[in-house]
Amino acid sequence: MHELGIVFYIIRDVKAAASENGVDRIDTVVMDIGEVSTIVPEYLTDCWRWAADREKLLRGSELRINTIPAVSWCDDCKCEFGTVQYGKTCPHCGGGNTWLLRGNEVEIKQIEIKE
Amino acid sequence: MDPVKVIEIKKSVFEDNDKDADALRTELKRRGVYLLNLMSSPGSGKTTTLVRTINLLKDKLRIAVMEADIDSDVDAVKIKDATGVQSIQLHTGGMCHLDAEMTRQGLDGLGTENPDLVILENVGNLVCPAEFDTGSCRNAMILSVPEGHDKPLKYPLMFSVCDLVLVNKIDVIPYFDFDLEKCREYVRMRNPKAKVLPVCAKTGEGVDAFADWLLKEVNEWKNN
Repeated sequence: MHELGIVFYIIRDVKAAASENGVDRIDTVVMDIGEVSTIVPEYLTDCWRWAADREKLLRGSELRINTIPAVSWCDDCKCEFGTVQYGKTCPHCGGGNTWLLRGNEVEIKQIEIKE
Repeated sequence: MDPVKVIEIKKSVFEDNDKDADALRTELKRRGVYLLNLMSSPGSGKTTTLVRTINLLKDKLRIAVMEADIDSDVDAVKIKDATGVQSIQLHTGGMCHLDAEMTRQGLDGLGTENPDLVILENVGNLVCPAEFDTGSCRNAMILSVPEGHDKPLKYPLMFSVCDLVLVNKIDVIPYFDFDLEKCREYVRMRNPKAKVLPVCAKTGEGVDAFADWLLKEVNEWKNN
């Protein structure tokens, strides 16, 4: 269960951010998750429910996920293309001299507290 | 709607671990300790490969092994019984990988004497261990023939972080649709710098090449 491990890291970082900001309750944690980050969003939210409810700070809180589309760059024809659709091979020139520009993020974007 | 207070964090979940890992690598360099992080699927033959390799190297290098598993100490006991080198078991407490902090605790648990080579046998898993830098000097992985030559396509991150890929159980190639050349090609797609070594831990074939690679790596780490 890969996502549960990730959830423990999120909780650790969020707790640190809460204590720095003098916050004792969080309603929503917003994540930026890349399409090719190997995270399955549904598993992540399931694990969040299990783990967050065991923390006073996070009881009942929601984990909201923004999905970041994966985009690759071809260095031969200097263009961008969708990684999920075309993989490592550039759809314009057929070359393999390509790399991922974005889409592997596992980032905590923000925390939200209803006032 | 209730007004909402927003606190921006904008931080990768892996950021703290990456910092811990870099700090650990710097410390290992200073102490002259080479740490290899060995990863694979469960059942690919990590422990058997290690036993063979350690027996080839134990007269030349001071070696220690850290076995990471979710539970049990069968691997640590097996290494100790079959090679005589120091081996300790790390439990990940249900986690599917080791991070830099857990690796550091394991190294502390080995005691004060500096070994030349520490091999970390990571949890059997092709996903999570690839995401968490342990602070090792190099990453290696074992792909066994029954798993299929297309694994680099299915687990891209694992193959892109590995410096060495051992293709194990090559004695059973005739019984499986495993194409070694295709495998090399797929590994190159993920990581052009990765070295591929075919081995058979059971018969010992190719294990000397892995031992030579390790010996050279350890000497370069200490002397450069």
